[in-house]
Amino acid sequence: MAVLVIAEHDNRNLKPASLNALAAASEIARLGGGEIDLLVAGKDCRAVAEKAAKATGPKRVLLAEDAALEHGLAEDLAPLVVALAPSYGHIFAPSTSAGKNLMPRVAALLDVMQISDISAVVALDTFVRPIYAGNALATVQSNDPIKVVTVRGTAFPALSAEGGEATLETVEGKGSAGLSQFLRAELSKSERPELTSARIIISGGRGMQSGENFRLLEVIADRLGAAIGASRAAVDAGFVPNDYQVGQTGKIVAPELYIAVGISGAIQHLAGMKDSKVIVAINKDEEAPIFGVADYGIVGDLFKVLPELDAELARRG
Amino acid sequence: MKALVAVKRVVDFNVKVRVKADRSGVETAGVKMSMNPFDEIGIEEALRLKEKGIVEEVIAVSLGAGQCQETIRTALAMGADRGVLVETDAELQPLAVAKLLKAVVLQENPGIVITGKQAIDDDCNQTGQMLAALLGWPQATFASKLAIAEDHAEVTREVDGGLETIRIRLPAVVTTDLRLNEPRYASLPNIMKAKRKPIAILSPESLGVDVAPRLKTLKVEEPAKRQGGKKVGSVAELVDKLKNEARVI
Repeated sequence: MAVLVIAEHDNRNLKPASLNALAAASEIARLGGGEIDLLVAGKDCRAVAEKAAKATGPKRVLLAEDAALEHGLAEDLAPLVVALAPSYGHIFAPSTSAGKNLMPRVAALLDVMQISDISAVVALDTFVRPIYAGNALATVQSNDPIKVVTVRGTAFPALSAEGGEATLETVEGKGSAGLSQFLRAELSKSERPELTSARIIISGGRGMQSGENFRLLEVIADRLGAAIGASRAAVDAGFVPNDYQVGQTGKIVAPELYIAVGISGAIQHLAGMKDSKVIVAINKDEEAPIFGVADYGIVGDLFKVLPELDAELARRG
Repeated sequence: MKALVAVKRVVDFNVKVRVKADRSGVETAGVKMSMNPFDEIGIEEALRLKEKGIVEEVIAVSLGAGQCQETIRTALAMGADRGVLVETDAELQPLAVAKLLKAVVLQENPGIVITGKQAIDDDCNQTGQMLAALLGWPQATFASKLAIAEDHAEVTREVDGGLETIRIRLPAVVTTDLRLNEPRYASLPNIMKAKRKPIAILSPESLGVDVAPRLKTLKVEEPAKRQGGKKVGSVAELVDKLKNEARVI
């Protein structure tokens, strides 16, 4: 048996989450689960596959190029994964919006349960996964012949994108199922690092009061090379787009430094960031639950504290 | 067309769950239970489709123990027309739920099925996609906007990089994200009216579905606690600690 990892990419670049999924797959390989194959399915994406072949981990990169695979529609990608499945004991994908969309469809077509968002590999058939917004950790054992798994990226340090020597093979796409069609994407453009792989994140909550006030976070983010995140309250209020949301049902992050500004710290938000190495909280409410998880808390008005922080960072260089 | 909405009874989102001493799960006895928040959004969306004249009937389906009738009543009080309960005390995992929902769908022939994108108890995020797969239908997950025109729907989805809009053929499965709508509160007259709305009771056996779990929960534990709570007196002290103590900047 072997492990199949579904690569995430935009037909140009491999997304970092793929390297975290490879890391989880390499634990399966170490436990005797066989070699790792990486599937790069898309349109005109050979360059991605060639780059992916240099990543540590995979033995083979399977390249499927088909117009129907351009946008990763689950209806068209799942049949390809299902066709490949009989050679594998494990099929892994990152627990990203794309992976979450695809993998349950694959699992149901194979008549197996999916194991969602694993945070540890215990044995070939046993995994740890957070439940109840990370307030409990369940260890689950699967009795299905194929383990279809999504991987929580923050729990598995990424394998290197360099140093591997996988062979490249092509496989056939399955064409379009004719069920769904991609129309358009409105993707946030930013020069800042991606939230889920950023070393430092500064996030704003309802306390920011408006989208314009996120400018106060941006200047600090630029000084620190940080990504910008937000609580659900800030997204619901329309301050920032949905892809900024950190939390149980948004993005799960675990940077070296997480700075929470004007965020009270609902359990749903804590679920998305409490594995960060160092947490700083800035909030005027001394009783805010965010202080309970913060390594360094500042009680104060963020509209005074943020400019001070910016000045202090500038002064200290 | 009919809209079928799946509603799950879960521990209320405000409850801080406790792991049981025997590590078999989390404590649910005496804990406040509510409808999964994403499913409330699903009911609301179906009701809005009905108010626009696109949907004629909204059916709320729940699966599990007898108390799930309360969850269905909540949906009926919001305005759903009738309920279906697939009653069982067995542990139901998403694959089994999807198979049961498929059986109900084949009886009811809805034009659209709406589920929450995930339940806030097991955080699986699977059922809608699995149901779509089993029916051979398209799926539009994590929806933040839904527009239906004749035999298809345009759905805007919340994805990691922002928003994506797809067109899907109907019938289809749509799973809700937070920004799809804000669910209404049930009014007192509607709560009274809901008591007279019908709920059909089915069982996995009557639907011919094997619900045996595929995953065995070996143990449930509390995650390691963070040692937080320290405060600093000034911004200068904070920057100093981040540089010299934590060494993260």
